[in-house]
Amino acid sequence: MENPKELKYTKEHEWVKVEEDNVVIGVTDFAQHLLTDIVFVELPEMGKEIEQGKPFMVIESVKSVSDVYASVSGKISKVNEDLQDNSGLVNDDPFGRGWLVKVKIKDAKEIDKLMSAEEYEKFCKEEENK
Amino acid sequence: MVPFSGWNMPVQYTNIMDEHNTVRTKAGLFDTCHMGEFNVKGANAKKFLQMMLVNDIEMLIPGKSQYSMMCYENGGIIDDLFVYMINEEEYMLVVNADTTDKDFEWLTKHKFKEVELENLSRKTGKIDLQGPLSEKILQNICNHNISTLNRFRFVDAAVDGKKVIISRTGYTGEDGFEIYSDSDDTVNIWNLILENGKEEKIKPIGLGARDTLRLEACYNLHGHETNEKISPVEASSGWAVRVHKTNFFGKEILIEQKKNGTKKINAAFEMIDKAIARDHYEVQKNNQEIGIVTSGTFSPTFKKSIGLAFIQKEFSSPGTEIDILIRGKAHKAKIIKKPFYPYKGKHIDIKEDQKWKIQKNLSTLKSMNG
Repeated sequence: MENPKELKYTKEHEWVKVEEDNVVIGVTDFAQHLLTDIVFVELPEMGKEIEQGKPFMVIESVKSVSDVYASVSGKISKVNEDLQDNSGLVNDDPFGRGWLVKVKIKDAKEIDKLMSAEEYEKFCKEEENK
Repeated sequence: MVPFSGWNMPVQYTNIMDEHNTVRTKAGLFDTCHMGEFNVKGANAKKFLQMMLVNDIEMLIPGKSQYSMMCYENGGIIDDLFVYMINEEEYMLVVNADTTDKDFEWLTKHKFKEVELENLSRKTGKIDLQGPLSEKILQNICNHNISTLNRFRFVDAAVDGKKVIISRTGYTGEDGFEIYSDSDDTVNIWNLILENGKEEKIKPIGLGARDTLRLEACYNLHGHETNEKISPVEASSGWAVRVHKTNFFGKEILIEQKKNGTKKINAAFEMIDKAIARDHYEVQKNNQEIGIVTSGTFSPTFKKSIGLAFIQKEFSSPGTEIDILIRGKAHKAKIIKKPFYPYKGKHIDIKEDQKWKIQKNLSTLKSMNG
């Protein structure tokens, strides 16, 4: 699956989409492949303050628990309720219906630190070869 | 690939859910070469194993195997294992990978006279073919009629001209076989089974699904439900301890525990709240710690979160609500009667055992009467 050009990416395999003063956060196709069989997503509470680089929610596959790290700092403004009953959406459509949360962002400059699709692809190749 | 007891093992070949369902509905092939095999033989082999193991070898007949445990004098479990009776004076023990060296040392240390003990682990390859279509696949490529082979029975046979032991046992809750061969032949047998099972849509299965399958069937995993600090009775495997035996390691304390019970035992639970319990999570009742989770996962068969926990006995009856601390928050769960997934394969044929025993007693009588 292609990494959409309009999104920004983190080294923890999350993507960020800017929508005015909110950003949407999800995990990449590369990440969902590594996680496989996502069976549970523990969404954060609305209004929770999150900090760039710190874990703020978890995704569970059959075998493991994985932290999701905040791509940006801010306040949770929306969570993807559909994942409560259908966490497999993250596997099936990671860049679309499998989005995780929306965040009211604190500092737009943080987004500039993130990778472009091209940079992220290069990063994934390096990871695979490790 | 992950390191596992000194072996590199795949957690999954495709994905756990798919592999799990393949074993439940069709057939899956497991690489279990990491497990250890010992040969025990000699005039005193039976006496020796009776001393070292908690189950009763007298209940075996040649060509039959049995689940057992090896304990310290204080009742702690050194390992859980399978005993295969080859004949009255020769046995094979199949032990866990992680404990192979420790087991062998312990057995060597206590070996009786006229017992030969050999560690065959490196020379022996083992693969498990499990699932409802296993018999059909294996029958095509082996020279022995396995349709008449009952559960816990094994035979010497040949696959592609190579010597194997085929045993109707497994660790999944399904019908299936464990196939032992010379490790030089194992890769060929592996490929041959996969090739022959194509039509049945056989798949190789990783450690991940091995764990979800055994957990649904409520089979203990050493290092989780059992360890050196837990006794067979506490691990809810007291049924395998035969207290009428003359003497064995752990006898005294295990008799006492079977009679009076233990403070804690292992029980099965399912989550009521939406969350997954994992091993080592704390179990609570009324905000008090009552034990820990020993294994937990999402059940691919039942599509819910299940697990086993070592908890205070008074909270272990089916229906009892308990709390499990998951990332600092209490989540509701309830105790379920074991197992989640009852064994679906062939059953034991007791008649065959009885026939053999009558014959054996007759021949003993004859020899006694000269």
